[in-house]
Amino acid sequence: MCGIVGLFLKDKSLETALGEMLTQMLITMSDRGPDSAGIAIYKNPTNSFTKITVQSSQPQIDFKNIKTELDNFSNQKLEIITIDTHAIITIETKYLNNIKEILTTSFHNIRIMSIGDSIEIYKEVGLPETVANRFDISKMSGSHGIGHTRMATESAVTTMGAHPFSTGNDQCLVHNGSLSNHNSLRRKLLKEGIKCETDNDTEVAAAYLTYKMNDGYNLGDALKAGITELDGFYTFLVGTKSGFGVLRDPIACKPAVLAETEQYVAFGSEYRALVNLPNIDIAKVWEPEPATVYFWEH
Amino acid sequence: METIDLTKSSLRDLNELLQRQSEIANQKQWEIINPKGAHAVAVGLNASLELSVKGSTGYYCAGMNQKANIKVYGSAGPGVCENMMSGCVTIEGDASQYAGATGQGGLLVIKGNAASRCGISMKGIDIVVHGNIGHMSAFMGQSGNLVVLGDTGDALGDSIYEARLFVRGNVKSLGADCVEKEMRSEHLNILQDLLNRSNANADAKEFKRYGSARKLYNFDIDNAGNY
Amino acid sequence: MTDHKAPHTTPVKPWTFDDHTNSYIRRAAATGIYDIRGGGAKRRVPHFDDLLFLGASMSRYPLEGYREKCDTSVKLGTRYAKNPIELDIPITIAGMSFGALSGQAKEALGRGASAAGTSTTTGDGGMTQEERGHSTKLIYQYLPSRYGMNPDDLRKADAIEIVVGQGAKPGGGGMLLGQKISDRVAEMRNLPKGIDQRSACRHPDWTGPDDLEIKILELREITGWKVPIYIKIGGARPYFDTTLAIKAGADVVVLDGMQGGTAATQDVFIEHVGQPTLACIRPAVQALEDLGMHRKVQLVLSGGIRTGADVAKALALGADAVSIGTGALIALGDNDPRWEKEYNKLGTTAGAYDDWHEGQDPAGITTQDPQLSARLDPILAGRRLENYLKVMTLEAQTIARACGKNHILNLEPEDLCALTIEAAAMAQVPLSGTNWIPGKPEE
Repeated sequence: MCGIVGLFLKDKSLETALGEMLTQMLITMSDRGPDSAGIAIYKNPTNSFTKITVQSSQPQIDFKNIKTELDNFSNQKLEIITIDTHAIITIETKYLNNIKEILTTSFHNIRIMSIGDSIEIYKEVGLPETVANRFDISKMSGSHGIGHTRMATESAVTTMGAHPFSTGNDQCLVHNGSLSNHNSLRRKLLKEGIKCETDNDTEVAAAYLTYKMNDGYNLGDALKAGITELDGFYTFLVGTKSGFGVLRDPIACKPAVLAETEQYVAFGSEYRALVNLPNIDIAKVWEPEPATVYFWEH
Repeated sequence: METIDLTKSSLRDLNELLQRQSEIANQKQWEIINPKGAHAVAVGLNASLELSVKGSTGYYCAGMNQKANIKVYGSAGPGVCENMMSGCVTIEGDASQYAGATGQGGLLVIKGNAASRCGISMKGIDIVVHGNIGHMSAFMGQSGNLVVLGDTGDALGDSIYEARLFVRGNVKSLGADCVEKEMRSEHLNILQDLLNRSNANADAKEFKRYGSARKLYNFDIDNAGNY
Repeated sequence: MTDHKAPHTTPVKPWTFDDHTNSYIRRAAATGIYDIRGGGAKRRVPHFDDLLFLGASMSRYPLEGYREKCDTSVKLGTRYAKNPIELDIPITIAGMSFGALSGQAKEALGRGASAAGTSTTTGDGGMTQEERGHSTKLIYQYLPSRYGMNPDDLRKADAIEIVVGQGAKPGGGGMLLGQKISDRVAEMRNLPKGIDQRSACRHPDWTGPDDLEIKILELREITGWKVPIYIKIGGARPYFDTTLAIKAGADVVVLDGMQGGTAATQDVFIEHVGQPTLACIRPAVQALEDLGMHRKVQLVLSGGIRTGADVAKALALGADAVSIGTGALIALGDNDPRWEKEYNKLGTTAGAYDDWHEGQDPAGITTQDPQLSARLDPILAGRRLENYLKVMTLEAQTIARACGKNHILNLEPEDLCALTIEAAAMAQVPLSGTNWIPGKPEE
């Protein structure tokens, strides 16, 4: 069980404050999930470059080795920015598959958190405030982002068990609730060639959406298909390169609050998460209807 | 007028202070400022205080309220007035899910919209919603009155016992064993009284009444599909 | 030529389609409705009988009875509450409603428990004045139905038990059929008289441990943080359920295995959903230990606790106390052979009677019928319960002393061994005569 938050900026002048606002929202939700926390931020999209966010439990060693290895690979100077246990590797998009190959075969200790033109995912075990401080999230800017703080239900409390889960380029998912058919879905997806790393039900939901989108569905239709195929209680918040979406299951017991002004659209598990946003007093505040996809994009 | 600022006082101090007020206390007028979505605000009160909450609250505002008269100048989170016994609570904004859940008495007025499961398991509370309500409202409603000037969501009154439902707007769908019922003069009287007491600008004649078909009162295998 | 008629082989009834199964099928075909009954799981499952204590020996010395004290007192709810529950014995009375039980039965439970220095629990229907009057320590259940729930009674309670599930039906709501919705019951539950009570299976205003945390905050705020909050769960996923109960803020976790009884539910629920008590306890204790909360958040175990041996074994495996339901009713006189003729008239026999939902109990315990319930003398029955509780306590003390313990909570898993592989695996103690614990890697 968990707390989830999301912020989509319509007003570009707020972009430098995105990290700060999202961090505050997430910290307010700490009571709902003390185990681990994560944030996905969408920023600095470029067309010819792709960012890979990786995590390692021995960052000093691994990140140095990665730089050496990748420098050897291409003559291009690639960029690696390291921060705590994570690193953002920026490379030319045409080399993406080669780099992924290298990372997964030569570096068994690192985990790929996200891949995309715009997305960066940071997640670790610990309280939201601790996690946010480790990665200096409040100094980050961006166009939109989602965050999650976790109380594990049926799977372990680990870094990889934390949300957001990303199973496709620039896509990620956070979840509040509990899916009841995730084990059989995980096995079905494996047969389709999509492998989940953890025993976490949310990762299965993320993998399911990716599977549908690989099959040609757009995000909205993938979420609609999920209404019948994903069983259980959920509020999903999905991030894509251009925006974010919200979906609640048909029974809709898990909480969800949306707020919209001319400057932003914000989401929180509780109204408390939204109280410090600019002009919240005059925002349109409402709760999403069950089994209805809501989506905003730039 | 006593003012309590929740940025300066703790929730415990607030509730302890309000709960300590008895019927014969001198101080009757209270105001809470900066609630900022806090949970369990003004719960377990037991005296006819007049309390204003300036802002929006989190879960269970006015939970198990007895006798107090409370106005929330903002919106209320899930479970507002849950298990209320008596008194009157008005929400100027919207109410989240489970508004008035299992309430046994008193009057809850929501000027905006209420979300899903409004009046779930109601046991005598009266709820008047000026706006719309969400799905599964009055689920297993045992007694009391739910009045809605706007529209309702799906499965209104599913599995209902003897609670009375009055709706002016559109009913998206009715739940198991809930049917439209004849509006007689005694119902019009009850309804108009509630509309007046909740400052609702509406005429009882514009409403339809819904309630239990009573087919689930004793088990019959042919009704199994309704369970 | 000899004329032989071939001898018959002995007739064999199939194990799969035995007499009971065939009668179940016939009943379903005749009525078109599932069978509803009271009680807990009746079939044999691994239980405490499959465990043994090792006792004293060359390396372990027993305590003298009487002179060398073996303390049995227990404190429940020490985590957050200003006023934890202090019990003289580690055995409490489980939640059973007025409605399911007669007023006299509830009174007897209160009298017996109070005389023995322990607590009783209200059930799905609310608190009666008599109950509060007769019990020195009363736990007030907070259920999905919220029948009779109100803040005045909440403040009169010594503890609050939030019911998420129970052993007989993890995931089921309460059920009381029309025959038992008498005037008084109907008024307490705010229902029309004589109709079937349908109960919700989820709480109306919260779902999930993240919301439960907020609900617990509300209940503490209403009661001034004075009383302990218990969370009761059935035998579903004891490791995760205990973990989440602790994270949601519980002071005490009450864990009820499949042998735990209910007033009424579908037989299929009782027999086929929820794990045996023996299988639940070690995962729950593991969860407490993993969170560093063992003995800080107390664990009360219920579901088939019958004797002092069961009590001692439950405590040895890590529980802080146990709770009894069925055992208490039998002590009061439920299913007693003295009513055999009347049981026969109901189509059953003493020990098997479980149609409590019909409200015709000859013993006058699980009924609202005034003539039947008058058969139970609350004072005599209360005395019987007190006797039973005292015997169980003495038995548990005898065992504890034999294991060299001066406090009953000092019993530990290493004092035990198992007679079967299943019990050894579930309780995580070695198979008798070996060092083998199935499922545990060799060190």
